[in-house]
Amino acid sequence: MSEVYEPVIVGFLCNWCSYRAADLAGTARLHYAPNMRAIRVMCSGRVEPDLVLKALREGADGVLIAGCHPGECHYIEGNLKTLRRYALLKRLLAQFGVEPERVQLLWASASEGPALAEAVDRMTEQLRALGPLRWKVSVLGGNGYHPMVAAPGGDEAEVSDMLTAEV
Amino acid sequence: MEEKVGVYVCHCGTNIAGTVDVMETAQWASEQPHVAIAREYKFMCSSLGQELIENDIREYGLTRVVVGACSPHMHEKTFRGACQRAGLNPFLFEMANIRELDSWITNNKEAATRNAKAMIKGAVERVVLHQPLDYLPVEINPHTLVVGGGIAGITSALELANSGYHVYLVEREPSIGGHMAQWDKTFPTLDCAACILTPRMVEVGQHPNITLLTYSEVEQVEGYLGNFTVTVRKKARFINEELCTGCAICEEKCPKKVIDDVFNVGMQNRKAVYKPFPQAVPMYPVVDKATCTYFIKGKCKACEIFCPAGAIDFEQQDELIQLQVGSVILATGFDAFDATRIPQYGYGRLSNVFTSVELERMLNASGPTAGKIVLRDRNTQPESVAIIHCVGSRDENYHEYCSRVCCMYSLKFAHLVRERLPEAEVYNFYIDIRAAGKRYEEFYHRVMKEGANFIRGKVAEVTDIARTPEEEGKLVVQVYDTLAGMQRRIPVDMVVLSLGMEARHDALKVAQLFGLGCDFSGFFTERHPKLDPVLTMVEGIFIAGACQGPMAIPESVAQAAAAAVRSLGLISQETVLMEPVRAHINEAKCSGCRICNNLCPYTAIVFHAERRVSEVITAMCQGCGTCVAACPSSAISGAHFTHEQLMAQVQGLLWDMSEPERRELAAV
Repeated sequence: MSEVYEPVIVGFLCNWCSYRAADLAGTARLHYAPNMRAIRVMCSGRVEPDLVLKALREGADGVLIAGCHPGECHYIEGNLKTLRRYALLKRLLAQFGVEPERVQLLWASASEGPALAEAVDRMTEQLRALGPLRWKVSVLGGNGYHPMVAAPGGDEAEVSDMLTAEV
Repeated sequence: MEEKVGVYVCHCGTNIAGTVDVMETAQWASEQPHVAIAREYKFMCSSLGQELIENDIREYGLTRVVVGACSPHMHEKTFRGACQRAGLNPFLFEMANIRELDSWITNNKEAATRNAKAMIKGAVERVVLHQPLDYLPVEINPHTLVVGGGIAGITSALELANSGYHVYLVEREPSIGGHMAQWDKTFPTLDCAACILTPRMVEVGQHPNITLLTYSEVEQVEGYLGNFTVTVRKKARFINEELCTGCAICEEKCPKKVIDDVFNVGMQNRKAVYKPFPQAVPMYPVVDKATCTYFIKGKCKACEIFCPAGAIDFEQQDELIQLQVGSVILATGFDAFDATRIPQYGYGRLSNVFTSVELERMLNASGPTAGKIVLRDRNTQPESVAIIHCVGSRDENYHEYCSRVCCMYSLKFAHLVRERLPEAEVYNFYIDIRAAGKRYEEFYHRVMKEGANFIRGKVAEVTDIARTPEEEGKLVVQVYDTLAGMQRRIPVDMVVLSLGMEARHDALKVAQLFGLGCDFSGFFTERHPKLDPVLTMVEGIFIAGACQGPMAIPESVAQAAAAAVRSLGLISQETVLMEPVRAHINEAKCSGCRICNNLCPYTAIVFHAERRVSEVITAMCQGCGTCVAACPSSAISGAHFTHEQLMAQVQGLLWDMSEPERRELAAV
C-alpha cells in the first residue's frame, strides 16, 4: 500500500500572537501542511493540561500550543504560566509513554506567520515518522494495566469526577 | 431544550470555494446533530448574506449560529451584529475560520474540505454550550498620553489639544523636535525643516491643553483601555522652571565643554548646562549631571552664581508623576543605522567618510560648520562627493527592508551640494532609485538634469589605498557598475553614507512596557498592516510615525493625525463596550487554596479570609483565563471560553478520528 499517513494536530493558538500569525500565514498564502486544526484561546495560559489530554484521547496525534514570545504576552506573563504547565505536562506524558514530539510549545508573534507555518510542517513530519498515537491502545491498554473505568461506556471524565468526589 | 443551530458556509468567491468543497460541507453540516439548517452562500459578509442569517433566525427560530468563513478577526463583529439585529444574543454565535487557517494554506482539496468540516463541527459542538453575554461598558478617560516629541508626536498632540482634549506629551530628550529638528531641508520641496517645524513646537509649548514633560521617560504602565495609569520619571534638570527665563547666561558661563553627540552627532561641543538647539521647546536648559563639574568634583556652580533669576537648583530630584489617561499614542521614532557596522565603508576609520546625519548638520546654517560643506579638517571644501545609498538597508547582512527615505534625501544632498559647491562633482551610488511619492520622480529628474552623476551598483568598498596617481590622497569608491558591466574605481574627496532607518535600540523595552509586539525588524506591530496601521494589539494604544516602520515626514504626520482621530473616537464615545470575556469564581466550589491569587497578572483576584474564598474583580479582569486553567477545583469559569465549551470544541474538531474512520483516512 502506498498510503501516506496524515497525522492530525490540534493547535491551541492564542488570540493575540499565534492566531494572528496563523491568519497572516493564510493571508500571505503560505502553503503548509494542512494537518493542524486550530482552536482559538485568549491566552496560551488558558490551555489547561486537561484540554491537551482530551485532544490526544479524542484521536489527535499531536498538540501544538502556541503563544506570544516571553515578554510580549498580551496578558503580561500568561505564556510563562504556559511554559511551566507545559514542562509538568511533558513529564506526565513521558510517564504515559507518549513521545515528546507529540506535544509541542511554540512562540509565534503576530508577524511570524512563516515561523508558525514552518513549525506545523516540521511537527507534521515528526508525527508522520512516529505514526498514529492510538491513545486507547498505547496509553490505556497493551501494558497489562487497565484503569478502573476502562470498561465500555466508561470514560476518563468519570475517573476524574470520582477522584474529585473523594477528596 | 434542544438548540437549533444554523450553519452558514461562505464561498468567499473562490477564496474558500476554490479549495474547500463548500456544497458538500454545507450538505454534510445539515445532517449533523443540533443543526437545524445549513446553507452555503457566495459572500456571507455581504448585506444579503447577513440578511440570510437574520431571516433564518426569525423564520426557523434558530438559537445558535455558526459561520464558516474567514478569520474571526475579520468578520466576527459583522455576524454578531447580524445575530443581534435578529434578536439573538451576539455571543450565541461562533465562527469557523475556514479561509486563513484552511483554504489559503493548501491546494489539497480533500484535506481542506476535511478540515473545514472539522472546524465547523468544533464550532457547532461549542456553540450549543454558549451562554448569552452582555458587553461590558468601560468609561474612557478623556486624557491622552503621547510618547515621543518628534514630528509625529507633536502632530498627534496638537490634533488632540486643538479638539479640546488634554494631552500629556512625554519626551526623553530635553527638547521636543525629534529628528526633524536636526535636518536642514526637506525633500522634494526643499522647505527648511526648522521653518516648518518650530512653529508647531512653539504651539505645543504654549498650548493650554498640552502638558509637556520633556527630559522624562515612561517607567510603568498599568490598566487597560480607557483607564491607563502611567508613571513617568521626570528627570532632574537642576533648573527651576518657574524661575528660569531662558536667557542662556548659564550656558555662556559654564566652563565645561562637552561633545554634543546627540543633536550634533559629535560634530560640535556643548556646555554641561545646555539647550540642545537654539529653538528648543521648552526653553529651559538642562544641567547634564554626568558631565557637570559640580557633580563630579563638588565645586564650580558658575551657572548658579551668574543666573540672574536664581533658577539653578542643584538639590532638585527626579520626580515620579502618575498620569491617568484613556489612551496612549506611541510615536517613539527610529534610530539611524550605525555606520560602523559596515567596516568596509570606512566610517570612523577614514576621516572623510561622513554619515548622512553629519551632512545634514553641516548643511544646516545653525550647524557646526554654519552651513559650509567642508572635510573633517573643517577647512577644505571637497571637489568631489560620493553619496552611497542603501547603507544598512536592502542588505541581507543588516536590514532586508528598504528604508524608503534614503533615495530621496540622497537626491536632496546631490542638489544641495551642487548648490553650495557648484564646481563639485557629485556621484550617487544606488541600487535602484525609489522615488515613489508626490513630486518625487520629478525631483529625481531635476537632480539628474542639474548634472549629478548616477552610478548603479552596490559599493563594495571605500578605501584610501591608491592604485594610480589620480587616486593619491583621495578616497576611492570601488563599485561594480551594473549598467556599464564593469568594475569602477571613483576617487573622491568626501564620502557620504546614506544611513537607513532602524527601530529604536530600546523599542523592545518600550513594547514590553506597553504590552505590544515588535516585528522581525524591531518596529512595533500594527493591528492590521493595511486596514489598521495605527492601532496595536492592545486596545487603546496607538502607534504613529517611524516607530511602526521606515517612513518620511508626510506619512508620519498622516499617521499621527490618524492616531489622534482614533483616540478622539474613543473619547467621544465616553464609554466603549468591551468583550465580556471575564473570569468568575463559583464560591460554592472554591476551596480557598489561593493558587489563582498569585497567577493573575492584573491582581484582579482577591481573597476573602473570613469566608476562605477568592473573588475575581470583574473590572480588573482582562479575560486571559490563566486562573481558569489553574483552578484545581474547577471553581473558576472563563466566560465564552469555559471548560465545557473548549472540551466540546476539541471533541468536535476530532469528530472523524475514531478508529474505523481513521483507517479510511490513512488510506487517502
